Amino acid sequence: MEEYGIYIAAFAAMAIIGAVLGCIIGIAVKIFKVEVDPRIELVTELLPGANCGGCGKAGCADFAKSVVDGENAPNKCPVASQEQVAAIAQALGVELGESMKKVAVVFCGGDKNQEKVQTLYNGVSDCISASLIAGGPKGCAYGCLGMSSCARACPFGAIEIINGLAVVHPNLCVGCGKCVDTCPRDLIKLVPVDAKVHIYCSSPEKGAVKMKVCSVPCIACRKCVKAAEEGQFDVKGFLVGVNYDAEKLPEADIVEKAKCPTGCLLTADKHVKIEESEKKDKGEAA
Amino acid sequence: MTTKTYKTVTFKGGVHPARDGKDLSRSAAIQEAPLLDEYQVIVQQNIGAPPKLLVKKGDEVKKGQMIAEAGGFVSVPLHSPTSGKVKNIDRIPGPMGVPTDAVIITADGKDEWGELMPPLDWKNTDGATLKKRICDAGIVGMGGAAFPAHVKLSPPPDKKIDYLILNGAECEPYLTADHRLMLEETEKVLEGAAILGHALGVKNVFIGIETNKEDAIHALLDKCDAYGVGVVGLKVQYPQGAEKQLIYAVTGRKVPAGKLPMDAGCVVQNVGTAAAVTDAVKEGKPLIERITTVTGEPIKNPSNWRFRLGTPVSRAIELAGGITQEPGKIILGGPMMGFAQKSMDVTVMKNTSGILLLEKSDVIQYQSTACIRCGRCLSACPMNLLPGSLSAAIESEKFDLAAKMNVMDCIECGSCAYICPAHRPLVQHFRRAKAEIRNRSKK
Repeated sequence: MEEYGIYIAAFAAMAIIGAVLGCIIGIAVKIFKVEVDPRIELVTELLPGANCGGCGKAGCADFAKSVVDGENAPNKCPVASQEQVAAIAQALGVELGESMKKVAVVFCGGDKNQEKVQTLYNGVSDCISASLIAGGPKGCAYGCLGMSSCARACPFGAIEIINGLAVVHPNLCVGCGKCVDTCPRDLIKLVPVDAKVHIYCSSPEKGAVKMKVCSVPCIACRKCVKAAEEGQFDVKGFLVGVNYDAEKLPEADIVEKAKCPTGCLLTADKHVKIEESEKKDKGEAA
Repeated sequence: MTTKTYKTVTFKGGVHPARDGKDLSRSAAIQEAPLLDEYQVIVQQNIGAPPKLLVKKGDEVKKGQMIAEAGGFVSVPLHSPTSGKVKNIDRIPGPMGVPTDAVIITADGKDEWGELMPPLDWKNTDGATLKKRICDAGIVGMGGAAFPAHVKLSPPPDKKIDYLILNGAECEPYLTADHRLMLEETEKVLEGAAILGHALGVKNVFIGIETNKEDAIHALLDKCDAYGVGVVGLKVQYPQGAEKQLIYAVTGRKVPAGKLPMDAGCVVQNVGTAAAVTDAVKEGKPLIERITTVTGEPIKNPSNWRFRLGTPVSRAIELAGGITQEPGKIILGGPMMGFAQKSMDVTVMKNTSGILLLEKSDVIQYQSTACIRCGRCLSACPMNLLPGSLSAAIESEKFDLAAKMNVMDCIECGSCAYICPAHRPLVQHFRRAKAEIRNRSKK
């Protein structure tokens, strides 16, 4: 029996130390308790949890805190669906806030087939790096470089590079705006999801200059402006753009009506068409 | 030929391109380009604030007339290269690949000078007047950076300048414009050096020249004593003509990280700048022309030319006999630090030291691979940076780490990328990091 005494003593000592420390922790928890608003946790759970930073906050938990504090309306989360926003508003008993979902659009139509001048480029495959060298390999100094800097920045995988051109899938885009900050050419803008047509060109150059390097530029012929209602399009120098602040955005049939001579005026589901044409190409090749 | 000797100095690091291509145009004397019927003068030809346009479409201009005034302290005016009419103010392809504003001038063929600035007796003129003249003549660093010359000459009063160094290294392969200038217009360069020294109040004036220009060194040695200018030979090693490397080679002083040459008590100017200063001070002529080497294997007659600003590169190439084969690359400047161009529509600017066409076989498309940690970039880097580790940090977008590793001290000389056996685009990475860090500090 005597040879086990040392073990018993060890167990007993550990048990006593454990019990004493446990009590101290228990008391400390009571004394130093941090009051956490349970609503913050609730809102965090209701948010999409992408931690994309599209709201301007450090992450979803930070945004939840700002919503509970009344600093932000629930709809300021660009990712949350209408239902999620409604659920948060209901849980907190606050106003829903007027919501306008926005999606990103790359305002360039110059993919590899449309681009007339393409120089040899052997450098880093990254738009920001490429734009620092002779303005990148594209003939157009304002067009999409297609080296997927925006696609890598997108936390939702909504941007695809199709034939050397970045295209946003509107159904995946949540409008967080990360790509907008990334693009070195400022080609990406957030526009209302209801906008049905866009003018896919951002070059401020003269029409003749654009035509030398690209087959789908906006040459500011104003056919669309004439076909549309007053105020639906903006003319800025040698570039026409849809006026997204207009009360009534142009309908999809404007593409038919305007007969855009270059084809830069397209409906928002343009990328689907590109996919179809790709399939067709492949089909023909097969 | 003098029997005088000179000492040869160098810096640590750098590379020596085996085929320097200088033999193509080394012995071709400077030729005067004939008057063209149109010049496309890019408005911003200097680093710093863009000049403000003074002319509009339809205006008559005289040769040497100011067509744009300095847009700030770090800016210089721009002058008309010939007499004629402003055809248009248009956007033309700039050297950086982005369309840039330019004044299109149709020459009237008379090539009449407008009113020139009065000549100055520089020995009896104070520094401030000389600096103002250098600014008014639109003189920028003609080696390639196009930094307004008068700014470098105006250090704050607490910085004492001990040395003025004229850069005649011309370490870029292929280029021979400065070589020919020093050989043919030796006195103009030396007098310019003396004027710059006088304007700065500096006694120690040196010209540094790479020893592959033996004839130019001896031409300068013959006449330098009269102007109180010393001649120093430089080992043939790229980038010997980089400001900080040149200062180290000539004076043994090191410019502190993130500081300017004036912090080491030095001012560096190009020999071409010195020649332009002589013209501006002694004859009152503004900077409207420069010496440019048109060279490369595809050029029929590689040669050195005195071109007016705004001469289209396509015309410059025609003057040099045109091309014998389709070029693989068009570069403004030298092959190491020059700017590759998309077309021949660009024009000669104040800093166009060369128009270089490379053969197709010389422009090999390499696929860059992972760093093999051979460390060659370390021994090549003249700024003692760690190009390999830096590029790894930048590839994973760790810009703060890159800043800590002093990426901002990179002079973009391209020695590391030249020597890299894995063909890594190192300089491009550093450029991106520098742009990113500069943007962040702005915010």
